[in-house]
Amino acid sequence: MMSYLSLAIWVPIAAGLAVLAVGRDRDAAAARWIAIAGAIAGLAVTLPLWLQFDTGSSQMQFVERTEWIPRFDIRYHVGVDGISMLFVLLNSLMTVVVVWSAWEVIQVRVAQYMAAFLIQSGLINGAFCALDGILFYSFFEAMLIPMYLIIGAWGGPNRVYAAVKFFLYTLLGSLLMLVALIYLYDVSETFSILEWYDVPLSLKVQVLLFIAFFLSFAVKVPMWPVHTWLPDAHVEAPTGGSVILAAITLKIGAYGFLRFILPIVPDASRYLSGFVIALSLVAIVYIGFVALVQADMKKLIAYSSISHMGFVTLGFFLFSQLGVEGGLVQMISHGFVSAAMFLCVGVMYDRMHSRQIADYGGVVNTMPKFAAFTMLFAMANSGLPATSGFVGEFMVILAAVKANFWLGAAAATIMILGAAYTLWMYKRVIYGAVANDQVAALTDVNRREFWLLAAVALLVFWMGLWPKPFIDVMHNSVADLLAHVAKTKL
Amino acid sequence: MVPNIDFSTILPEIVLLCGASVVLLADLFVAESRRHVSFWLTQAVLAGAAWAALGTMPLQPTGAFSGMVVDDMLAGTLKFMSSVAVSLMLFYSRGYSAARGLFRGESFVLALFALLGMMVMIGAGSFVTLYLGLELQSLSLYALVAMYRTSNAATEAGMKYFVLGALASGILLYGMSMIYGATGSLDIAVVGKALAAPTGDRTILLFGLVFLVSGVAFKLGAVPYHMWVPDVYDGAPTAVTLLIGTAPKLASFAFMLRLLAVALGGLWFDWQGMLMVLSVLSMILGNVVAIAQTSMKRMLAYSSIANMGYMLMGFLAANPSGYSAAMFYAIAYVLTTLASFGMIMLLSREGFEADQLADFKGLNHRSPWWAFMMLLAMFSLAGLPPTVGFYAKFTVIQAAVDAGFVWLAVVAVLTSLIGAFYYLRIVKLMYFDEPSDTAPIEARADNQWALSANGLALLAFGIFPQQLLGICVVALANSGLL
Repeated sequence: MMSYLSLAIWVPIAAGLAVLAVGRDRDAAAARWIAIAGAIAGLAVTLPLWLQFDTGSSQMQFVERTEWIPRFDIRYHVGVDGISMLFVLLNSLMTVVVVWSAWEVIQVRVAQYMAAFLIQSGLINGAFCALDGILFYSFFEAMLIPMYLIIGAWGGPNRVYAAVKFFLYTLLGSLLMLVALIYLYDVSETFSILEWYDVPLSLKVQVLLFIAFFLSFAVKVPMWPVHTWLPDAHVEAPTGGSVILAAITLKIGAYGFLRFILPIVPDASRYLSGFVIALSLVAIVYIGFVALVQADMKKLIAYSSISHMGFVTLGFFLFSQLGVEGGLVQMISHGFVSAAMFLCVGVMYDRMHSRQIADYGGVVNTMPKFAAFTMLFAMANSGLPATSGFVGEFMVILAAVKANFWLGAAAATIMILGAAYTLWMYKRVIYGAVANDQVAALTDVNRREFWLLAAVALLVFWMGLWPKPFIDVMHNSVADLLAHVAKTKL
Repeated sequence: MVPNIDFSTILPEIVLLCGASVVLLADLFVAESRRHVSFWLTQAVLAGAAWAALGTMPLQPTGAFSGMVVDDMLAGTLKFMSSVAVSLMLFYSRGYSAARGLFRGESFVLALFALLGMMVMIGAGSFVTLYLGLELQSLSLYALVAMYRTSNAATEAGMKYFVLGALASGILLYGMSMIYGATGSLDIAVVGKALAAPTGDRTILLFGLVFLVSGVAFKLGAVPYHMWVPDVYDGAPTAVTLLIGTAPKLASFAFMLRLLAVALGGLWFDWQGMLMVLSVLSMILGNVVAIAQTSMKRMLAYSSIANMGYMLMGFLAANPSGYSAAMFYAIAYVLTTLASFGMIMLLSREGFEADQLADFKGLNHRSPWWAFMMLLAMFSLAGLPPTVGFYAKFTVIQAAVDAGFVWLAVVAVLTSLIGAFYYLRIVKLMYFDEPSDTAPIEARADNQWALSANGLALLAFGIFPQQLLGICVVALANSGLL
């Protein structure tokens, strides 16, 4: 019997292969139905993770550990703790959302499109569950391949440039991580990530390892100044690609900070925390201003993502329970909100084939239901209380203020800037007089789009009004993590 | 001393030699339209040789014929794999060669003789045997390149290959003579013992070593001895390019192992530095220059230069884990190269060579399956999981880090990032562009099955590499070489 985690990894991949085997371009309907069935099955097998999760423990749960490559003592070792479990759920959920959102939108090579998302979903789950360095690396790298194809094959006019940039940027970081993993294997004779937590390392070595890991994950997050691939990738990717990129793959970078950097090189992390915090603040403030002046809606949301992820890394490197938990909550919330924002842009793009803010205006007149949903997500993106966006930001700001008042004050600008760029975009696109004939001819959301947005809206409210279940899950694991960070390895 | 005459040690060679002679004779009596008889006869010989290599593989290294020949697990494994590589090459090239008038008995016989040369090299116990094997292999390959007489490029490539190859052989021979002068023996094991702790004046040994390393580097195509590689790869008919680019790499690995690791093991510190220079230059130049290519075959030629750099990086660790990493790298590279050149031949047809990058445009629209196979080959060359190429890169990087050369590992990953760019370009052409060539892809069923199996093997060994990794470790450990 496979554990739930193995099912979470392999069910979507198997479904993806089935879609490829069955799907023909003539018969797109079959591909769609198999894909949605596979995605729902993939979500179903992750539900026991939530239901059977023991929130009282900080240990890895649902562990499965078997020999894989004894030559290098590489194992198929998977497990989740309070930090990673929620992301497996989030990812499986978002897979259903993207498959559903592509229903009539994608008309060419449907089977390949669906299969790419399903396979990618399995690989991402693998990256979140892996407790072996090489297993993690394999999933981490392999997941680039479907996304490369998604952006390049179904993307916008400049898709090739964006796809190659995305791939090479990410590869640069991860290759250095490979050297770091191999180095750790050489000093510890194991690839088990958890055993690496107790390997003593000198500060010089820790700093070098920090740099290697940091480059890899900072590109993925992405942090300023290695963020430039993200706006390109987002703008060119099809809606589903943007959703997965923003909601999930960025999170793997931030997750890497918690799984690798903080516990494996704690002394270097403390030593360099000022540096990371500075980069995070630049992302929050500077990128916030950059977002303000964007003329392209997807680009604006992309910059908003970078700014919000800066908040996550800021929270992590405060090394306090509140900060790390706030960062994690922010990650999940951003998963919902950014996905929803991209879905909204997708809805408009499908009708108008334009992402330029200037081409819109007065959409509320023709699409009232859509305008209401967008309003909610825009508010969540600006961090309005009662939406999920507020919880994480509030926790991180609180932690920052505790650490240093001015740090908190600088971080809090995200509330202002976020509201400014999101609501200003909302005003220009949704309100005002009907801008042109095309807007006048718009039709409101159909049933599929309505329920899709409603489902995400529900999650945004749930997390905003009652975040306790989420925080309970992560509480003990975060405490355990911080104990590792506090312990010197010198 | 009674010489040990144990024919089982050279059974694969005997099978090949007899088989090649039979094919040569039988082909005379086969009508042009029934050439497939010779083809299947050749395949039968290859199967026999592969079976003999596995069947006679000894658990302990055995020397025979006064130490001229050794048979050990390493030899058995590499002989088997070379036979498989040549057999696959013949399957892939069947339609291609037939369309170019190269589907002839002579081609088969020359390929068999080239393989015989490789096997002699792989199982060599003395400098003389090594050299004889190398020459037999090279001469057969020169002839194969030049056999495509109607093509100017092939004739020119054959000439270049011959002249430069002969020069390299001379250099190698000169190096061997110096070592002979210093130690008084041509027997690899004896030389190894004599040089285990070299004393006194080492000038002549080092001179000999430089010549030997140069010769080896030429055969591998490592920078700065790489000039012949792009021209020969590009000019030769693709079937022959495939042959040059695959099985000889395995033989070269054995050659390098017996020469440097066993015979000159005592001088490891000296050749380590030389190989390091070769390795770094190959990785950088191969990957950078490959970007500028528009011809698929030239691109793969530069990619081969770069890949030999990675293999050398494993080898220069000069310890068992490094050698097994290099061996794994060579095997993984051969598997991947077979698939990528196999794809070029699959897309070629009479009067049309699919050897330009642009010929791969929109392959996904024409055939998703073959595009996927090519995608696997390209990602394997780039060293991305979950393909076998990832573990190849992984093992050599691990060997380098283990030997204390972290900087070399960093150079390797940075150059492989450069490499990823041009491999990705092929994927881009196949998946993101519209096809420029819409002819249906036609090939014989056996070719299609073999190529598909080859492509899937890249994935299978990438997910479960333990078997192959284990074979490399066990073969080296049980060969008493180290």
